Amino acid sequence: MKIGVIRFPGTNCDRDVAQAIELAGATPEFIWWSEEDLTDYDGIVIPGGFSYGDYLRAGAMASITPVIDGIKSLVKEEKPVLGICNGAQILGEIGLVPGVFITNEHPKFNCEWTPLKVTTNRTPFTKAFKKGDIIDIPIAHAEGRFYTDNIDLLKDQDQIVLQFAEKNPNGSMEAITGVCDESGLVCAMMPHPERAAEAILGSDDGLNFFKGFL
Amino acid sequence: MLFNIEVKISLKDGMLNPEATTIERSLELLGYTVSNVKTTDILKFQMEGEDRDEVREAVVDMCERLLCNPVIHNYKITVIPQDYACGCSDCE
Repeated sequence: MKIGVIRFPGTNCDRDVAQAIELAGATPEFIWWSEEDLTDYDGIVIPGGFSYGDYLRAGAMASITPVIDGIKSLVKEEKPVLGICNGAQILGEIGLVPGVFITNEHPKFNCEWTPLKVTTNRTPFTKAFKKGDIIDIPIAHAEGRFYTDNIDLLKDQDQIVLQFAEKNPNGSMEAITGVCDESGLVCAMMPHPERAAEAILGSDDGLNFFKGFL
Repeated sequence: MLFNIEVKISLKDGMLNPEATTIERSLELLGYTVSNVKTTDILKFQMEGEDRDEVREAVVDMCERLLCNPVIHNYKITVIPQDYACGCSDCE
């Protein structure tokens, strides 16, 4: 099971993600943004960071690179794709998941543990949980406020994956911090599951997200 | 023909703008009472083209594909030929 980890200039969570993929029992392989052929991979993670310095908007520049065409081809083959933090912003910019992740309500970089509610377990990444489970995973962002102009559609199609459980640290619409596409195979989340992939880190709830590739 | 292009990118009405809110609060600290602060990003560049319509069409394409996110942004495009001068200070 080979999982591609996409790297852009400014990506900085790639090695943590690779370690979490190994812990989950799969083989990570780094992929540079200029690669277009991803047919060898069984799944993709777009890790966090500040791709292209977050110039213009977070994720905007990365969303037009050649590797995105490769990701779109994999999605057509129904292979799972997980975007974390900057990766979530990129998936929103491409339009593979609904909505956008924009500047926090209080424009402050928030780095803290956040209890999350698993709103749906129909995605590969949340299948290990029960709907309504509360899990512990940290966030680390200044631009993660979820906004969509069609919240009803997301609810109707069961596309809300994660919500902040106790407080809403960035002002996201309905405390949403993880969404998926209609199929559930493409998932975007602002919290960092790779930072909660081992008990020694404070929680291993995040490891299940990577086990979802298996 | 060379054209001067200006693209103004702003958040759609009703969108929360934390940058503008922070500016408003800071002005209050200085003793000014202001309201409805808005911020706009301005991009300026030059581009060769046959005519204004062709250039504008290309810039609309740029806005839709990269410069703006249609979920949250409005944009306004100005295209002026490089040698155009109406005499106002903006054209100098």
